[in-house]
Amino acid sequence: MKIAVCVKEVPDAGPGRRMDPGTMRLDRSGERSLNSYDLNAVEEALRLKEAAGEGEVVLVSMGQEKALESIRKALAMGADRAVLISDEGAAGSDLVATSYVLAKALEREAPQLVLFGQSAQDSDGAVLWASVAERLKLPMVSQISELEVAGGQITAKRQTEFGYDRIQSPLPAVLAVADSLNEPRYPSLKGIMGAKKKPQDVVKLADLGVEADRAGQAGSRTTVSALNPPPSRGDTVKIEDDGTGAQKIMAFLVERKFA
Amino acid sequence: MPVEPAVPAGLTEHQTAAWELAREFAQNEVAPHAREWNAAHRVPVEVFRRLGEIGLLGLTIPEEYGGPGLDATSLALVTEELARADAGTSVAVAVQNGLVASPILRAGNEEQKREWLPRLASGELFGCYALTEPDAGSDTASLRTRAEATGEGWRVTGNKMWITNGGIADVFVIFARTGDPGAKGISAMVSGPGDGLSVGAEIPKLGLHTSSTVELAFDAFPVPRSGLLGAEGEGLKLALATLDGGRITVAAQAVGIARAALELAVSYATDRQAFGGPIARFQGVHFPVAEIAAQIDAARLLTLHAAQLRDAGRPHGAAGAKAKLFASNVAVRAADVCVQTLGGYGYSAEYDAERYYRDAKITEIYEGTSQIQRMVIARDLFGGAAR
Ligand SMILES: Cc1cc2nc3c(=O)[nH]c(=O)nc-3n(C[C@H](O)[C@H](O)[C@H](O)COP(=O)(O)OP(=O)(O)OC[C@H]3O[C@@H](n4cnc5c(N)ncnc54)[C@H](O)[C@@H]3O)c2cc1C
Ligand SMILES: Cc1cc2nc3c(=O)[nH]c(=O)nc-3n(C[C@H](O)[C@H](O)[C@H](O)COP(=O)(O)OP(=O)(O)OC[C@H]3O[C@@H](n4cnc5c(N)ncnc54)[C@H](O)[C@@H]3O)c2cc1C
Repeated sequence: MKIAVCVKEVPDAGPGRRMDPGTMRLDRSGERSLNSYDLNAVEEALRLKEAAGEGEVVLVSMGQEKALESIRKALAMGADRAVLISDEGAAGSDLVATSYVLAKALEREAPQLVLFGQSAQDSDGAVLWASVAERLKLPMVSQISELEVAGGQITAKRQTEFGYDRIQSPLPAVLAVADSLNEPRYPSLKGIMGAKKKPQDVVKLADLGVEADRAGQAGSRTTVSALNPPPSRGDTVKIEDDGTGAQKIMAFLVERKFA
Repeated sequence: MPVEPAVPAGLTEHQTAAWELAREFAQNEVAPHAREWNAAHRVPVEVFRRLGEIGLLGLTIPEEYGGPGLDATSLALVTEELARADAGTSVAVAVQNGLVASPILRAGNEEQKREWLPRLASGELFGCYALTEPDAGSDTASLRTRAEATGEGWRVTGNKMWITNGGIADVFVIFARTGDPGAKGISAMVSGPGDGLSVGAEIPKLGLHTSSTVELAFDAFPVPRSGLLGAEGEGLKLALATLDGGRITVAAQAVGIARAALELAVSYATDRQAFGGPIARFQGVHFPVAEIAAQIDAARLLTLHAAQLRDAGRPHGAAGAKAKLFASNVAVRAADVCVQTLGGYGYSAEYDAERYYRDAKITEIYEGTSQIQRMVIARDLFGGAAR
């Protein structure tokens, strides 16, 4: 079985993560790593391949060329190869453009399963999988906390706010996994040392047949009009500890019905 | 609060990869549990196995025998990061590589390498190194465990003391007397367990509670001829050559403990309030911490220098002895500074300072005490005149 896993490089969390006031885009110049939710998708793909005893796990990503450094972590875990769509013309792609480009790349790969992480830690949309599935006209299940693949179909347990759904779907399908699905493995040292030698295809939009006006800013439907810090919360209370701090905090929580 | 350590020039991509993987694993999978495991005197065998799965347990075992085939520098970096999280966990890895795989690689024949190394690399088997005896420690040449020749091999009788990993071991590197008294009568053997070998209970000790340390009693324990490691009578030479490398990993372990102590001292002093502000305002707090920070960098560079000499195939006995002598002392002092900086909390089992204090001391004792390291260095300086 061929499994594609969509992965994204994200800037590390922490005080270094910021919006660039000039471009009004996320500053991606600092320390970066693979979106940690995507590791759950990679792990699941590897387990499915190992259980089947055959198959291929292909990473598909859109991002800057230097994203390969982060993507290698998933190759070190055991994925077979990577396809990175990296093109000046893709810069500034919003959800509409990103999903179009990824769908084009996935069409070319034609996998039986497409796995996504639950969300990207930087923009936190938790939507991309839905738009990609829509474009591919494939069934889609999200928030998967248990997964079984057998007899040409999947059975998934989907976590919801009110309990669980059990969903069956034929293949091919697009699946977004929950981080509770599994515990991603550590890459082995041999895996890390071998990752560099695995195929890593950097492709341009034209290679995928993506028209220039459907990617990047041109293909996007959103524009950022302004950046502002979040308004301060007027109702902040500062409690100085004069020996009664704990009681005061308790009283505050009780008043707000938190305790 | 992490403190960036001094890094020597010229670390390779593979060395850096091993270092990073060890740091990630140690910080996520070992450090959060170290206090609890040590308090319970629990040897975390399942964690050692996982270290095998990711290639860190048999780090120096060549690829043809199932390991990642890295070098002494990588082993030092990995041991240090593990020791920064938990000294007892680090010694399991140090022994597996430095004291078990190393003599098999150095003196073993192809059959022995194929038999033991792949399973030592994967973590399926753990190994131990049985040299010290109740009455022979520093003076190894006086060891008394006897190997009586039978037609097919030997029967080994005698006791081995303080054997790290002994309680979890499936592979035993044994030094026993096959010949006359003195250095030339000793041979090395490698064997699995069997009738005639009893493993004692864990020896109660000051620290290193996540490491198994036991006495082994051999009573007419049979070792076939195929178990002889290297030539007959060459055992002590092999033992000492093995310790040349082992010392570098003990130095690395010491650096790891010292770094952890420094980091705890810095973060605690930054938070702890006294006399109207953090104690990190006081010069009396700064100076000891600043001093160990400088010494830790020096110890680390000495250690990695010795490792790089070994990797370059150059003599490294004295360099390793200097690194171990210096780094172990830095570890003991850093742990002392850490406890002092934390005051009463430093003495409390609620913090890691007291654990560093207890664990640091072993680095001045095993694989040659600090006195023995001075002797090794002096012999290098004075040659025959030192004897
Ligand atoms: C280099 C770069 C520049 C960008 N510039 C802009 C911009 O200028 N304006 C703008 O509006 N948005 C920009 N984006 C954000 C982009 O529009 C979003 O990443 C996209 O809409 C997906 O939303 P999300 O990141 O919230 O992902 P989510 O929907 O939260 O992600 C869910 C899952 O989708 C997969 N995934 C997410 N992103 C990718 C990807 N790039 N490749 C492969 N798989 C992925 C992962 O499996 C992830 O777990 C940029 C992104 C990148 C990487
Ligand atoms: C936790 C732990 C784990 C260990 N693991 C192993 C293991 O896996 N395998 C193994 O074989 N051994 C192991 N050992 C043994 C360790 O290597 C010895 O304890 C060490 O070499 C010292 O030997 P000893 O205890 O017999 O001390 P002794 O040799 O009796 O020394 C006592 C004191 O005399 C000093 N001294 C001795 N000779 C001289 C001299 N010529 N000049 C100056 N001073 C001298 C020593 O420095 C020391 O201070 C371990 C020990 C411990 C505590």
